[in-house]
Order: sequence, then structure tokens, then C-alpha cells
Amino acid sequence: MSTEKDAIQVTTIVDRSRLALQDDFLRGAVRFTTERLRGRKAASSEELGNWEAWRERGRQIRSHTIAHLDYYLRQFVDNVQAHGGHVYFAANAEEAAQTIVKIVEKKQAKLAVKSKSMVSEEIHINKHLQERGIEVVETDLGEYIIQLAGEMPSHIIIPAIHKTRSQIKDLFTAAGATNLTTDTKDLTAFARRALRDKFLRADVGMTGCNFAIAESGSVVLFTNEGNGRMVSTLPKTHIVTMGMERILPTFADLEVMANLLPRSATGQKLTTYMSVITGPRRAEEADGPDELHIVILDNGRSSQLGDDEFQEVLHCIRCGACLNVCPVYRHIGGHAYGSVYPGPIGAVLTPLLNQGEAYQDLPYASSLCGACYEACPVKIPLHDMLVALRRRNVEQGRTKWAERMAFQGYRMVFAKAGRYKRVMRLARKAQKPLLRQGYVESTMGPLMGWTESRHAPALAKSSFRERFQSMQQAWRRGEDGGDQV
Amino acid sequence: MKVSLFITCLVDNFFPNVGEAMVRILHHYGVDVDLPESQTCCGQPAFNSGYVKEARAAAKTLLDAFDGADYVVSPSGSCTGMIHHYFPQLFQDHPIDSARARALVDKTFELSQFLVNILNVTDVGARFPHTVTYHPSCHGLRLLGVKDEPLQLLSHVQDLRLVPLTGANDCCGFGGTFAVKMHDISTAMVSEKADRVVESGAEVLVGTDAGCLMNIGGRLRKQGQPVRVMHLAELLWEGMQQGKVVSR
Repeated sequence: MSTEKDAIQVTTIVDRSRLALQDDFLRGAVRFTTERLRGRKAASSEELGNWEAWRERGRQIRSHTIAHLDYYLRQFVDNVQAHGGHVYFAANAEEAAQTIVKIVEKKQAKLAVKSKSMVSEEIHINKHLQERGIEVVETDLGEYIIQLAGEMPSHIIIPAIHKTRSQIKDLFTAAGATNLTTDTKDLTAFARRALRDKFLRADVGMTGCNFAIAESGSVVLFTNEGNGRMVSTLPKTHIVTMGMERILPTFADLEVMANLLPRSATGQKLTTYMSVITGPRRAEEADGPDELHIVILDNGRSSQLGDDEFQEVLHCIRCGACLNVCPVYRHIGGHAYGSVYPGPIGAVLTPLLNQGEAYQDLPYASSLCGACYEACPVKIPLHDMLVALRRRNVEQGRTKWAERMAFQGYRMVFAKAGRYKRVMRLARKAQKPLLRQGYVESTMGPLMGWTESRHAPALAKSSFRERFQSMQQAWRRGEDGGDQV
Repeated sequence: MKVSLFITCLVDNFFPNVGEAMVRILHHYGVDVDLPESQTCCGQPAFNSGYVKEARAAAKTLLDAFDGADYVVSPSGSCTGMIHHYFPQLFQDHPIDSARARALVDKTFELSQFLVNILNVTDVGARFPHTVTYHPSCHGLRLLGVKDEPLQLLSHVQDLRLVPLTGANDCCGFGGTFAVKMHDISTAMVSEKADRVVESGAEVLVGTDAGCLMNIGGRLRKQGQPVRVMHLAELLWEGMQQGKVVSR
């Protein structure tokens, strides 16, 4: 993914968020949908009851699985092969894409249909196939919209969250629709008609994998539109791409995830379609592909194994709940992150999966409010990881000289109370020219960003500790100093 | 009962009234208050930016200051949260300091927690005849688990009308260095928060963290909004004085 990465990383999160903040359509659309999803999640988890216990069980399952990932991956692969499926391991995005291209070319396929899959975005498979002259069609409604727009998804679950109905109407009209309104029924009817033909003609169906069950070698897909079933049953060849961490040991574990994931993602009690695919079509079965290929992607994941601070990022079940509660995501949307995975999980995952300099600024796009952790159905401490990634940037010398000096200064001042008191006394004097009615209303230099939008309070005439001394003196004299009610 | 104040660098330098109100409330309940001089800052600005050594140097002043304390009480959920959530980790490589850090965690409380859970006070006898809305600060709420305590205290204040704040649990956009480093995003966040405070119709915004209040208050002032911004300690103490006038 190097070329695209380089192109994106010409800009920083600061530049990209500035653009996003000017886009009122985007911000309105993101606010509207994330708020609706938050409300639904709250309602559906409350209805289930014992949500915290469910979360803790979810955490335990993911923690156990990732701690024994080698064992369960082996079990999964053995079972897939026993059912006649083919398995490939890909060390990185390029290898995964090449593996898939080879399978597709061997089938002499002209048309591939896809259901929604974040990992397929991660390996940029559409671009690779299109370069070989193979038509790729996204069949998830949201993915279809952004494919027509030539964009990346801006949300893990709702790829076109940033699009308004009227923008979608325009995209569909450009794709050949006539007399469209902005009515949901109208819009989906067009997509349905356009996609039906693709399903029937496709040579290859491509899906992701929400969970891979080790005990049976099954691939489990959670979808809502039915397109996943079309993609995985109609074409003769089915290619699954999955991150190596998608594993669950047993169907009993899946039950817990089937409760956690849809509620966390969209506030549904159950996903509309939960498909369990075990091997290709068997002789006695009517539907299903002749061939099942499963590409298991590493792409930086295994580097997190054994890392005390970051291994838990592999627990993620890609529900997007952290995006829906994130106040930063709410204002800048997904594209500002410049990465396939946006929001808090993206700000942690992306710099971990990409070992180079790119994306190392993403962990700063957080006020560390902790809403992501609170929302996470498997309790990934994303706020702690964001801090740890910033620490890693400091250790690896990625931070700016001025910032390092500022914190050297902080250390000098705050390590000793005597020095701290002297510096604060000096600062009280030095601030005088800046004050307007006890406030600092404008500044130059590093604090300008603050004062452009906010007034800053002045340092008080005397510090609390000075005041406390006079309060104590008053008490010693037997006066109440005003503290009697 | 003896309490040592962890005053926090923000209240010490910018908002001494908050400290004074806190001391007077504690005194009212017969608590002996001292202020160990060697404390400076919990280290959060450096820690959250990834500067661990620098954070530890500041945080160490708290270990030194509060070794002998029975209880440590602070007017900030965020700074108390820093102690609870990160101090054990910050000092984990040093056997003595890590034990001191754990001991500090066990005896450190945010003011509303201390009043409600240790002193068992929910009604401070205050009267505050104003419309008030409450912003729960993120770190108090999520790192420390301060949820009901401020609301319990506010609900017993006579004549206080508490009005809901839409999106109350959403961050105000302060985040320490975040507000400087990512100031465009921070501005978008604080603008929305300030708008919602105004929409709530409250005359007074109350909270338990000086950082958030400085942020939201600074935005409201820039916009010329006449909402009064108060720390919970200030509101309670002002109300206690008013309560006195009425009862006599």
C-alpha cells in the first residue's frame, strides 16, 4: 500500500481535519447517524441486561483466543482444509492482493462481486483487480455508494456515513438512475436493480469474515442487506479475506459475540443475516460455490502478539462503537484520519500496523476522554494505548524539538516545589501586559490556537497556597476566617 | 479527621477561590485541612503527551507530599484519575515508589466522592436559587468513576433547578495539550459544548474539573454569553452561606 500511503501522508491529521471541519454536510451527516447509533446501542444493551458482564465475557474470550492464536489458527486451518477449502497465509497487504489476483485470473473471471469487508480495503484489492481488467462491484449499499464516489469508507460499519441522501441521489443519477427522489425506498430500489444483474453474472464472490470458528473451520458473516449471501452462494468461486485475529475457538464463543457485535455496531439485537459457511458446496447441497479460498492476512498483526501494551488491539471485533461515541470522530468524520481504519480504533491500529513514519500523528487526534473504552464491547483500553503510542513517538525521537524543550522546561519547573513557586510568581508579573479584565483574550505563539476561540483566565493575584497561609494564620488567631456557616 | 489537600496546579494558580471554597466546606464538617507544600502537579500534561520521565518528576512531588497523609482530597476528577489510573504504572519499576503510589491511590479522593462516600454528606445545607446545568468531566466519569456524587450533592441544594445538558457526557475538547496541539478540533468540540450550555437555559454551569470549566468558560466568555461558570465547591460554599442567611 506504499504509493497510496505516501500520497495520503503528504498531509497531516491537522491539515485533513481542518478541511473536514469546513464541511458542514459531512459534519451534519456524521452527527446525525452516530447519535442515532448511540441511542440504539444504549437501548438494545439495556434491554439485554447485565451489559458489563457481557462485555467482560467478551473481553475474556478475545483475550484467551489471542493469547493462544497459534493453536486456534492451526485448528481452524485444519478444519477448513478437511472440508475442502483452500487456505493461504499472506504476510502483508501486497501478498494478500497477489494471492487473490492469482485465484481470480486462474478462474478467468471478468466480474467479481464483494460484500463489505474492511480487510479488503486494507489490502486495496479493488485497485489490484481493476488494474488487471477485472470488474469489481461493491454490493453493500454503503460500499456501493462510496465506490461510485471513488472514495474510501469513512466508517467501519457505515462506509458512507458522511454522505447525505441528496448526494447519494446525485451519485446514483450519474450511475444511470432516472427520476430518483431522496426517499430511502427509491434509492435502495435503484441499487437493488443495478446490483441484481451483477450478482447473477459474477464469476467470483468476495467477502470478509467477522468470525472464524476454529472448532469447525467455519467462516461467519454478519450482514444486514442479504448481499453477503448472494456473494457467497451465487458465484462459482468464493474468496474470503480475513485478518489473522478473526478467530473464535467455538460456537459457544460466537453466541457471546453475536450478542455483543450487532448491539454495539447498530443497536440491533441480532444481525439480519448471520451466515455460517463451512467449506464449499457439498455434493448433496443445492447452493454454494464450487471453490472456497480463504486468505489469512498478517500485515503487522503478529508484531503485536506478546506486546503487553498493544496485544489487546487484536481483540477488536470491528463494531465501530468507538467511532460512534468519539467526540473527535463526530466533528471530523473518517476521511480526516487518512487511513482505512478511522476513529479511536484507527488511531491506535493504523500506526501499529504501519511501522514507518506514516500515520504516527494519529494518536494525537484524541482528547483522551475515554468514551471509546467505555463503548468497546470487549473493553480494549484504547485511551491508554493512545498515550502509549505517544510515548513511543517520544522514545523514538519523532516529536518536535520545541515540544521536547517545552517538556524539559516542565520537568525543571514542576520537579521542585520551590522552583515551581518562584516561576509562578514571575509568570504572574509577566502576564500583566496581556490582561484585559482579568482574562487573556489574545496571544501569539503556541497558545494562539487556544485564544483564537477562547479567552484564557489570568493567573490569580495570589496563588492558593499563599491564600491558604493567610487562612491558617487567621485560624491560629482564633478567627473563623469566614468559614463558619 | 485529617485531610491533606492535593490542590492541583490549575486551582493553585488560576482558581484559588475553588481551593478556598473546598477548605471551608471541609472545615464546616470538622475536618482538619493541611496543604503539604512540596506538591506541584500530577504530571498529566507530560504523561498524556508521552513524556514519561518528565511526568514522573512532577508526580514524585505528590508521593513526597502525601506520604504521611490519612486522606488526600482534590478538586479535580482528572488529576485524581491520573493518580488512580496511571501512578501505579508510572512508578512500577521502582519497588519503594510503586508501593507509595499504590498507597496514595487508596487514600486519594475527588472532593464530591469524599463528601458523599467518606463523610456521608449529601445535603450540605445550601440554598442556591438559580438554574444550573452540570457537565460531568470525562476523566472523573470514566477514569475515576465519579458518576452520581456531584448530582447527589446538587439535588439537595435548596431552590436549585437542575436542567439537563444535551450530550452532557461528551468531552468539552480540553484534553490538556490536545487543546493546543489539535486546536481546530478542540474548538469544534468546545463550541458545540458551549452552544449546548446556552441552549440548556442555565444561568450557571457547574463541574468538578477546573480544566474543563476553564475551556468551556473561556469559550462562553469569548462569545459574550453571560453564563456563570462555577466549580462544584464554589457553588456549594456560596449556597451554604446563603442557606445560613435564610435559616437564621
